[in-house]
Amino acid sequence: MKFSDQLPARPVVGLITLAFIGLLLVVDTVESTPIDPFAAPPPVALGSGLAPVGAHCTDL
Amino acid sequence: MTARRTLPLTRASLVVLALALVVGSFASAGPRTAFLMMTGLGLGLVLEGLRFGFTGPWRAIVTDRDGRGLIAQFLAIGLCAAVAFPLLSAFPGELGGAYAPVGIAMIGAAFVFGMAMQLVMGCGSGVLVNAGSGNLTALLALAGFIAGSFLGALHLGWWTGLGSLPVYTLQDMFGRSAGLWVTLAGLAGLGMLVVLRSASGKRRLPARLWLAAGLIAGLAVLNLVIAGQPWGVVYGLGLWGAKLVQAAGIDVAATAFWSAPAHTERLQQSLLTDVTSVTNIGIIVGAFVVMRWRRIADAQVAPLRLSGWAVILGAGLVLGYSARIAFGCNVGAYFSGIATGSLHGWVWFVAAFAGSTVGLTFRPVLLQSSSMTQASREPAPQAVTRKGPVAT
Repeated sequence: MKFSDQLPARPVVGLITLAFIGLLLVVDTVESTPIDPFAAPPPVALGSGLAPVGAHCTDL
Repeated sequence: MTARRTLPLTRASLVVLALALVVGSFASAGPRTAFLMMTGLGLGLVLEGLRFGFTGPWRAIVTDRDGRGLIAQFLAIGLCAAVAFPLLSAFPGELGGAYAPVGIAMIGAAFVFGMAMQLVMGCGSGVLVNAGSGNLTALLALAGFIAGSFLGALHLGWWTGLGSLPVYTLQDMFGRSAGLWVTLAGLAGLGMLVVLRSASGKRRLPARLWLAAGLIAGLAVLNLVIAGQPWGVVYGLGLWGAKLVQAAGIDVAATAFWSAPAHTERLQQSLLTDVTSVTNIGIIVGAFVVMRWRRIADAQVAPLRLSGWAVILGAGLVLGYSARIAFGCNVGAYFSGIATGSLHGWVWFVAAFAGSTVGLTFRPVLLQSSSMTQASREPAPQAVTRKGPVAT
């Protein structure tokens, strides 16, 4: 038996990854300020008249 | 008969999963988050489904003289730039580019990132895609990447203080219109160099890569239009690390980076309001959907000894740390930086490509001796390329 056969299969690892994302979102929901649906930004930034407010990798 | 019955159901459940993610995003955080989730899903579907990548082509041009993947990258960036430059000029108050300063640490970090991406066999987007598609190596690297991005953010001010230029854009240097033409000419020139370097039969793009380049460019433009900022990966992963550390009771907001108002707000608000987090999640789920849709072979493809897994974890950490110091990875700095006119995107590419070439020599040394099968004792980069998922 190859060592690779002893490792979890790809579907299992994929599900573990999704479970991690789910856990992250649960922790985030508990820790973060609740989302105010009435303060949601316009659907699209272009044409909104508002400056972009998101953070990016290039931010200092 | 059983397979015929179960396959449609399985695929139907994947469609339900993707739809639930979009609808859930809409219900939780509004239409912009839902649109961005759809964009992220699209990126994941295209990156995994059409095997469009970054790390693999950077290796292929060096080891196999195969330039097709790299040319596809230049094509995608050029297509995105052709739309993004006019949009950024027409709507400067609503859209922003991926602009960052060129600096000593930035260049060094891009070089290190290039080395690490060949060890992990994945870059910023590649780690997300490969983890979502069930690659254990990538999942381990993703954990390191998250930790590294978080740590890099803590030290970003110090590294940047070593010396950096002001932010330069090609629009500022050459003018709005000429900046685009310089960008396209630069990409075409690089494409010509790659064609000259490529072996016969490894120059012409297959239809798959034409389609992928067009779709990736379109989705990157959508990201810009919806979010007001270009496609990125690293910030979201660093934020995930900060959120987890904060949940463990450590006051992250007291640190220099996270005490800045813009970052404090991201720390306090839901991840579903953070642009890069949302698209990152979409990419992972999109890659998972493709993997299950295709019913890709179940076995893992990179059998390593314990030391090999430790190397992958460490390389993932370095990948995240260096991406943060370099103001982005292959997505935020290379793809989005060049596509929106940032000089640092060009410098990042040169430094990271040099590092990638060096990293190719390290990979067999660090990982081949860890392999446990005869097959994996072949030269490591080729062995993984042939047997593993396409590195992205």
